[in-house]
Amino acid sequence: MKSLVALCIPAMALALQAHAENTLTVVNFGGANGTAQKKAYYEPFEKSAGARIIPVEYNGEQAKIKAMVETGKVTWDVVEAESADLDRGCDEGLYEKLDWGRIGPKSDFIPAAVHDCGIGIFVWSTVLSYDANRLKDPPKSWADFWDVKRFPGKRALRKNARFNLEFALMADGVKPAEVYKTLATKDGVERAFRKLAELRPHLQWWEAGAQPPQFLVAGDVVMASAYNGRIDAAQREGRNLAIAWAGGIYDLDYWAIPKGTPNRDLATRYIAFAVSPNAQAEFARLISYGPTATKALTKLDAKTLAQLPSAPANAKDALKFDFQFWSDHGEAMEKRFNAWVAQ
Amino acid sequence: MTAADAGIENMRSALRRDARRRTAAALLLTLPLLAFLLFTFIVPIGALLLRAVDNPEIARALPGTIAALRGWDRESRPPAAAYAAIVADLQALREQSDAGTLARRLNTEVGGARSLVMNTWRALPLPATTDAAQVHAQLIGIDPRWDEPWIWQAIAKNGSRLTPDYLLAAVDLRRTVEGSVESVDADRSAFRRILMRTFSIAAIVTVLCLLLAYPLAWWLSTMTARRANALLIVVLVPFWTSILVRMAAWIVLLQSGGIVNQSLAAAGLIDRPLALLFNRTGVVIAMVHILLPFMVLPLYSVMKGIPRDYVRAAVSLGSHPLAAFVRVYVPQTYAGVAAGSLLVFILGIGYYVTPALLGGPEDQMLSYSVAQYANVHLDWGMACALGGVLLTATLLLYAIYRRLARMEPALA
Repeated sequence: MKSLVALCIPAMALALQAHAENTLTVVNFGGANGTAQKKAYYEPFEKSAGARIIPVEYNGEQAKIKAMVETGKVTWDVVEAESADLDRGCDEGLYEKLDWGRIGPKSDFIPAAVHDCGIGIFVWSTVLSYDANRLKDPPKSWADFWDVKRFPGKRALRKNARFNLEFALMADGVKPAEVYKTLATKDGVERAFRKLAELRPHLQWWEAGAQPPQFLVAGDVVMASAYNGRIDAAQREGRNLAIAWAGGIYDLDYWAIPKGTPNRDLATRYIAFAVSPNAQAEFARLISYGPTATKALTKLDAKTLAQLPSAPANAKDALKFDFQFWSDHGEAMEKRFNAWVAQ
Repeated sequence: MTAADAGIENMRSALRRDARRRTAAALLLTLPLLAFLLFTFIVPIGALLLRAVDNPEIARALPGTIAALRGWDRESRPPAAAYAAIVADLQALREQSDAGTLARRLNTEVGGARSLVMNTWRALPLPATTDAAQVHAQLIGIDPRWDEPWIWQAIAKNGSRLTPDYLLAAVDLRRTVEGSVESVDADRSAFRRILMRTFSIAAIVTVLCLLLAYPLAWWLSTMTARRANALLIVVLVPFWTSILVRMAAWIVLLQSGGIVNQSLAAAGLIDRPLALLFNRTGVVIAMVHILLPFMVLPLYSVMKGIPRDYVRAAVSLGSHPLAAFVRVYVPQTYAGVAAGSLLVFILGIGYYVTPALLGGPEDQMLSYSVAQYANVHLDWGMACALGGVLLTATLLLYAIYRRLARMEPALA
């Protein structure tokens, strides 16, 4: 249903575009993240630039962008992309080269945020989360996530190989710094899949970022991997959900411009606006994702800073997502994962 | 020639002209339909089948390398000319997206090829030299992985513009480096199992539809036309409702706190809620519901045309009414049974939305894999190959049906 809805939205966006010249279609990951983007980026930009922004939600499916670029009917102007997808899309010509001259000096941003085809929006982390009301004895690591004796009940993981193989290795005793080295070997991959298979009878899969907090609140699962911002959003709604930061995997999301959009100029203006320190600081106040502009960090108070994945205490035992590894080996892993899930 | 002969000849040619005009008019009238079929059916299916064997990326990007690798045994070191050829070929790729397309294709063959190709492409051009050993050293200097055999094997294996690999992979087979065909490891294979699952779900749904629809259609056929039409509308109303709406309704009904479970619990029949959703049960219930009209209508249209007299005659000759029904009436409905079953089964094996929304990961059918490859992996060759497998299965079934029934299905 999600994909059907997502298919309809571009069609509607196309219809709307026909009679509104100064509009920009911005594609995000929806949910609490989309809401925060609306307040921090879309609404202020609409006011200052006199443009209209049509937000569209997706779950990162690059096929839609590929189909648009190949048929020459590009209706998405700015896309929020995960690092591996950005890198691949840049190589394969799905995204425009970014006009850095109009965005700002690269030195104003953390190094990971700088890419030929994109600029980092925020630092996010996939973390172990749980309902603190239900688990009085809090889980601390992925080994606890795998411990079905101490923590009986279902667990939720995102339905793909990405992250899960890393979590499985950490649960099996591999240190965060060794994870990608281990995963690069054949034995390491076998070990990760074996460990994942151990948990299989206790797993419930999620696909959209809004699902894990829902599962936790409904009591369907005792623990879930989740985007830290979504847990933060649930906390702001008064839910007693908690995060175990150790073993979290952090990564950046990027703004990118699909190749051939007719609104490239406005898209670049939008991106330049959205990565400004003020806008980024406002976004970080709305949802606990870390800014990529170094100046934005100085605008945040200590309480907000402590909630970010980039805060030293949170990042201490975390793992940086290796998008190069996933660019190279993602397909093989995802295919094997899918074969395994379908069995 | 007499005047009469000339008159007859005139009349003949006038008749022939008239017949030609009629044929032309008929052709002209069907032309829109033919064009429509051509553009919405034949061309897309042809393109789909073509894409399932199409393998242009490597042949187009690396013509020199492929020529240099011809005759290589695929085990020893590749010939020295291949190193120079790959440098020349990669240097000839002007756009990053050309290199990216090549990298993507090679990476589906063997993980790691993407970064190897892209890193090398970015490091080019190399200083001009004609010395083969020097080119080799420079290439290794960019990335030592060029000394490993797998990348060369992947290029050599895909030198041809057409490949059987996608189709083989769609039935869990693969080509080895040497070109022989073997089954993939058990822990990587999925499609044979999914194909069998697709058939078994469609078969279960067909049988259940037949069991439900047969008495209903028989009952309808015994009514007066007015009452039968009124009741047929009841059968057809769900048929006209959006599939998504009906799926959402089933979720509401079948969930653990849903109406079905609540009423069963209230009646004291169950202690804890039955798992009816996100498993095979939910998928089968919803598919039977959606596909039931496709069984009822052909059965009804056949049953309506069967005179009551035969059964009456059998009974009056001493047959037990039940035996008369089974031995005299039922055989006359075989055309309807076959048409309805075929229709339900063929529609059933293509189901996507229902298992995606009401099933678990173990209940997904082949269409789900098609969507997965098209939308997530961006591997459209694989998606087309899986589509081709589904199409072939459907055509085979239809051929078997034709052989069995030896008649056109009496589709209502």
